[in-house]
Amino acid sequence: MTVLTIVSIGPGVTVQDLGRPGHIASGLSRGGAADTLAVAEGAALLRQSTDLAVLEMAGFGGNFTTSAPVRIALTGAPMRATIDGAPVAWNASHLLAAGAVLSIGAVEAGVYGYLSIGGGINTPPVLGARAAHLAAGIGAPLRANQSLPIGPDFGGPTGLGVGVANRFSGGTARIIASLQTDLFPAEDLQRFTQTTFHRDARANRQGVRLVPEGQGFGLARGQTILSEVITSGDIQIPGDGAPYVLLPEAQTTGGYPRIGTVIPPDLPLLAQTPAGAPLRFVFVTLDQAVELYRQDLLARKGLVSKCQPRLRDPAQIADLLGYQLISGMITGWEDA
Amino acid sequence: MQIADTFPKIESVGLNGLLVRFADTLSEPANRAALAFQAAVAAEGWAGVEETSSSLTSTYLRFDPLHLTHGALTAQLAALLACRDWYAAAPPHGRRFWRIPTVFGGDLAPQLVEAAELAGQTEAEAIATLSAARTRVLTLGFAPGQPYLGDLPANWNIPRQSSLTPQVPASALVVAVRQFVLFANATPTGWRHVGQTAFRCFRPDAAEPFALRAGDEVQFQPVSFEEYRNIMKSDSTGNGGAVMEAIP
Repeated sequence: MTVLTIVSIGPGVTVQDLGRPGHIASGLSRGGAADTLAVAEGAALLRQSTDLAVLEMAGFGGNFTTSAPVRIALTGAPMRATIDGAPVAWNASHLLAAGAVLSIGAVEAGVYGYLSIGGGINTPPVLGARAAHLAAGIGAPLRANQSLPIGPDFGGPTGLGVGVANRFSGGTARIIASLQTDLFPAEDLQRFTQTTFHRDARANRQGVRLVPEGQGFGLARGQTILSEVITSGDIQIPGDGAPYVLLPEAQTTGGYPRIGTVIPPDLPLLAQTPAGAPLRFVFVTLDQAVELYRQDLLARKGLVSKCQPRLRDPAQIADLLGYQLISGMITGWEDA
Repeated sequence: MQIADTFPKIESVGLNGLLVRFADTLSEPANRAALAFQAAVAAEGWAGVEETSSSLTSTYLRFDPLHLTHGALTAQLAALLACRDWYAAAPPHGRRFWRIPTVFGGDLAPQLVEAAELAGQTEAEAIATLSAARTRVLTLGFAPGQPYLGDLPANWNIPRQSSLTPQVPASALVVAVRQFVLFANATPTGWRHVGQTAFRCFRPDAAEPFALRAGDEVQFQPVSFEEYRNIMKSDSTGNGGAVMEAIP
């Protein structure tokens, strides 16, 4: 069995996948990767299923080696990365030789970088998924000297790159009305869409706090909301007037009024907006949101065709003679 | 705000959810309606509906809006709502009655005295009241397997604190607004910490990860600190010395 060994690691690296849906009734939110688009991009680069588990790296990666050659893909928030000291491209797939040191440093923009591996991280599933759910007490941040099993890789190319939309420095998120939107005065809703917010330092996989330029938001005193279901993307307005947008590890119920909900295609933007970066919101109708969701799913399905061989200047390739020019393919069964 | 609409109401939650609200304040009939309606929707097995849950007085459906439109699902829900009086529904089947050993007050649960004062009782009266109450799991929520239990007597309609206690341990029994919550994990809270149990609500590696079910009944039986310590030492199941029996 191939294993990934963690030589050193940042404090916020976890195993993630697309989460474990189906347990809201028991109080467990879906969880899963904060930026599911980055998981899809990694899977497309490796031509494998988006269900395979990856490493999610909050802010900083680590040093990794493997016991056999593996294909890797680096996606999400761009981070400085090298293999045995030689810089390697982000949003790209690479071959990592057995024993070579993959070094992933600090994030250059955004929040969450992703390391996908051919065959996926193959730790034992808990309640049907491998994702750490820190708020629920499932799994934990990874530590140095841990080794993780890697699943069988059915092979595919390396040396591919994929162009991605910048979602790593803030922007405008599209929102739809939620359960309490109508309780807010019309002028407050208008002001909400005219306000620039900055992501607060307080943020994690449960949610991000946004600090408004100008005065905060809220309902008139005395309006109590009975605790009801929460979904990822809901924008809660707690007592301090600063919106709090919920991410995959949100609690399943809550009693704060919600002014709107970020649509799923824009959740990667919310997760990846770094501290201090600006965010704005614009309302769309439910019909528009469904259409945007349809287009987003189509775009994700089309990612494989967007992954193209990266053009490299041979003069820049120091190890040209040793480079596997034919295929870069491995089966993953070499040591079986 | 005067709410003129009548219940039940169907509203959208996010892009892929609908919520059927049976009331905007907690009552036993509305809670039973939410539980029974969730079970009924799950039993329908509608194509495109991916998950259902209930909270105190509402039923939630998560669905795929690309395969089932909001309009079509709303119509299906309205038809199912019209089938019967959901507020008169019986509690769910397969319920259990749990008796969970609990240390009330003292260093382990330091807010009992303060909570008792708000409820107009002495500490001894509060323990007697809280431990005599046979409460029902109204919903699991917020954290995995975490029950909201009610109703407590009317004098226990005490408010949440205006500021949060920074951290209350897992398995803590807290109280506010005529309800108990038994915490799944250590958490900050505005509810007052009146008892401490050794009962783990969420057991990720167990065959049944979520110990309690909505509709189960729970009584918190007073034990001494020494008894609690012995339970903590000897229990490896997560049950914390609780005794469970089926409700016929």
